[in-house]
Amino acid sequence: MSLVRVDALHKSFGNNEVLKGIDLSIEAGEVVSIIGRSGSGKSTLLRCLNQLESHDSGVIEINGRTLDATTMTPARLSEEVGMVFQNFNLFPHKTVGENVMLAPMVVRGERERDAARRARKELERVGLAEKFDAWPEQLSGGQQQRVAIARALALSPRVLLCDEITSALDPELVGDVLRVLEQLASEGMTLILVTHEMGFARDVGNRVVFMHQGRIHEQGDAKTLLSEPQTPELQQFISAVL
Amino acid sequence: MTDFTLWDIVRNLLLAMRWTVALSLIAFAGGGLVGLALTVLRLSPAAWVRRLVALYIELFQGTPLLMQLFLAYFGVAALGVDISAWTAATIALVLFTSAFLCDIWHGCVRAIPVGQWQAARVLGLDRLRTLRHVVLPQALRIAIAPTVGFSVQVIKGTALASVIGFAELTRTGTMLNNATFQPFTIFAFVALGYFLLCYPLSLYARYLEKRLNVAGSR
Repeated sequence: MSLVRVDALHKSFGNNEVLKGIDLSIEAGEVVSIIGRSGSGKSTLLRCLNQLESHDSGVIEINGRTLDATTMTPARLSEEVGMVFQNFNLFPHKTVGENVMLAPMVVRGERERDAARRARKELERVGLAEKFDAWPEQLSGGQQQRVAIARALALSPRVLLCDEITSALDPELVGDVLRVLEQLASEGMTLILVTHEMGFARDVGNRVVFMHQGRIHEQGDAKTLLSEPQTPELQQFISAVL
Repeated sequence: MTDFTLWDIVRNLLLAMRWTVALSLIAFAGGGLVGLALTVLRLSPAAWVRRLVALYIELFQGTPLLMQLFLAYFGVAALGVDISAWTAATIALVLFTSAFLCDIWHGCVRAIPVGQWQAARVLGLDRLRTLRHVVLPQALRIAIAPTVGFSVQVIKGTALASVIGFAELTRTGTMLNNATFQPFTIFAFVALGYFLLCYPLSLYARYLEKRLNVAGSR
């Protein structure tokens, strides 16, 4: 059974239909890169997967459970899906350690000692163990984004959604964040990324999904798809970004 | 006519000032509690709740405090409820203060980037937990200076309670004037009394604002 299953997903903002029937299955351990022009619906699709946007029709199942705002509380959903944002969104009034500890303590009721131990472990995983007591504003963008990843990982989600998480970073900091993702992928984490990093999509990703005008226009094995795009739209897109 | 020495006047005004301070404190504390509840309600997912709170704020901001006091005192009394000037003044000032504080605080909450809400949400926090742990602590920092600034308005607003017969600073000044006919001296002292209460608060608000601007985002 697929870990994530999307069936006939539709979503409109007013009169603008952004998702025009998306079907997608993702297996546990897959690294899926969603690419496409801005406005193609890729971020909306990602945000539907954790209900930051509610869908109009269609079905989303994660780990066999149907996403439905009335039955799926944020707490319950956070066991399945984590998310990292383009702009990090760390909590500026909390230290790095507190950022990572907040949800385990508040949502899961973990004791402070346990949450702190877990937070140190996750920060070590992203290479920032020594920043536990630092404030977010003291960190570089790349470091903040790695803290955001650690914060998401502290809840042990089955899937990690990454919404253009390197787009707000200075070029020299992108590598650090991508290395963390690569390590997560090698550990078997299921990753769904909206990304412009074609190199990463090709080398680390299993699959590439190309979205165009609210539909999945083409998808397949990452290396094959990016080296031999079948549709003119994808050919055009690839030549535009490379 | 009894002879009042200057000290008699000052002493009576100082005693009356206690009531101005008490009324201000109660109006501010009560208004703060009601205002906080309204601020949370105004963030409700239900549109009609938000509209109701917005209407409440418009009503209290769009009518003179004096009319609110008249309604709370004479209006309620006309309904056959026995209400003291103290109670009426307290109720009117609490409601008035809550409307303004809610508006100030709502603005501060809205100033917190939507990404903070979303980050908390995907970490599993529901609305109330997000408010408590993420949004309100940040909003509080930017709210302190305008809140302290508004407390000055509350103190000056208590002067209006004099017209329904509540013997605070202004009312006592009026009574002393009726007995002594020294309006210039007496009302100068009354004004000085308010100034001594308000000016330090204004200075403090300004200090807080400056410190906040220097301190950055933390």
